[in-house]
Amino acid sequence: MLADFATVLVFIVLGAVTVALMLGISRLLRPRNPTPVKLSTYECGEVPFGSSWVQFNIRFYVVALIFLIFDVEVALLYPWAVIFRRLGLLAFVEAFIFIVILLAGLAYLWKEGDLEWVRTVQETPPPKEGK
Amino acid sequence: MMESLAVSLVNAVPALSGVPLWTMTLLVMVVVAAVVLTFALLYAGLATYVERKVAGDIQARIGPNRVGPLGLLQFLADGIKLLLKEDIIPAKADRFLFALAPYLVFIGSFAAFVVVPFGVGLIASDLNIGVYYVMAISSLVVVGVMLAGWSSNNKWALLGGMRAAAQIVSYEVPVGMALLPAVLIAGSLSLQDIVRSQGGLLGIFGWNLFHNPFTFVSFFLYYTAALAETNRTPFDIPEAESELVSGYHVEYSGIRFAFFFLAEYGDMFVVSALATACFLGGWHVPFLDAEALPVAWGNLFSLGVFLAKALGLVLLMMWIRWTLPRLRVDQLMRMSWKYLVPITFFNLLGVSLWLLVFHGKGIPRMIASLFG
Repeated sequence: MLADFATVLVFIVLGAVTVALMLGISRLLRPRNPTPVKLSTYECGEVPFGSSWVQFNIRFYVVALIFLIFDVEVALLYPWAVIFRRLGLLAFVEAFIFIVILLAGLAYLWKEGDLEWVRTVQETPPPKEGK
Repeated sequence: MMESLAVSLVNAVPALSGVPLWTMTLLVMVVVAAVVLTFALLYAGLATYVERKVAGDIQARIGPNRVGPLGLLQFLADGIKLLLKEDIIPAKADRFLFALAPYLVFIGSFAAFVVVPFGVGLIASDLNIGVYYVMAISSLVVVGVMLAGWSSNNKWALLGGMRAAAQIVSYEVPVGMALLPAVLIAGSLSLQDIVRSQGGLLGIFGWNLFHNPFTFVSFFLYYTAALAETNRTPFDIPEAESELVSGYHVEYSGIRFAFFFLAEYGDMFVVSALATACFLGGWHVPFLDAEALPVAWGNLFSLGVFLAKALGLVLLMMWIRWTLPRLRVDQLMRMSWKYLVPITFFNLLGVSLWLLVFHGKGIPRMIASLFG
């Protein structure tokens, strides 16, 4: 049993060794003459300005949160699936309730507009004509 | 499995009997891993060649045809070129994370090959959590991609990395849910068990694909979500050339870039192999039981069948890439959360209800029992 997972370890180590080895071979063969311009950040030929480590869209965090909830659910459903045929009706009812609760959550998110990537912003009314 | 191999090796070669068993076992494991690695690299090389040929055919051009016969050695030339290219690490980048990212991406892709059931006895290690393991280890790729995007200190790379992470994460839920029907039917997470559950006298109708209408749908759901998992067109938002130059690996050059490339093709194979094992009967083929053949022939034959099916799916991915336009980022997210996630959930309930009502029998078997 444990030997099965030793194979996984061997694969991971071999993968890391391969990357290191090829980087090593490449280091021996490749030229190396860096210039400040060459090492500058690529911005389509423009002179780069500022750091890129800036704030980004809040939507990414929301996606991460939703994912966290659903991925835990998927993780819980895997062992359920393995023994489903032994447990029968009881397992089905339990999973049904479980899924319905989560789908209710999804429906709520949907209604609140958290699943929209671009949330519609309330447009400011155009300025009035005249004076 | 590895231990029994080592034991038989020691029995076959008396000179080795002095070596402790664990050393032999480890040696066998390393050899197996090296063989799989060779296969993975060779496949990735040839896949890049085929991809360019397919692109050429679809766009009415010739594609690579200079290096070797029909341009077949193009991938070797590319590999040597990448090996010889200067390695540029931007001055502003986070050097440690920048160097770490290719390791994570490559290992995440390569380690998933452990549980790919190439044939009757050809599997590096038949883990009893096979499907789960693939889902887990391929999550390493997301970490690598995000690190690559962030550590480059490049606006395109950061945007690409964030998008890639959001996308892979969003589609991981449908991927996991769409694979569950196969697990439900086999009652096991081991990929060999799942493949074996699809054998029998029914031929192609024994495959999970034709088990019942819900499994038929889940194959297509899985394939669609898997396309997004591997960042392939029409879901290649993270790399969108026309808006992000090339996404999270824009600052990578030379051999470091090659690892991202290899990992992408490795992922494509793993995803196709999973689809084959879970829905297309793995190494089963109608009217011939590979397990009944002599061991050597059975393995060779089942290896051929499995590779034919899996590589066929890889080819289909390439075909899709050069046929369909790219989705927008908001369409992508809508596709996952509003369509794929609810559909896969209902689909899962459908499959489990079917198994409950019909005592695990699929439509083909019911039809077969009608005729005795």
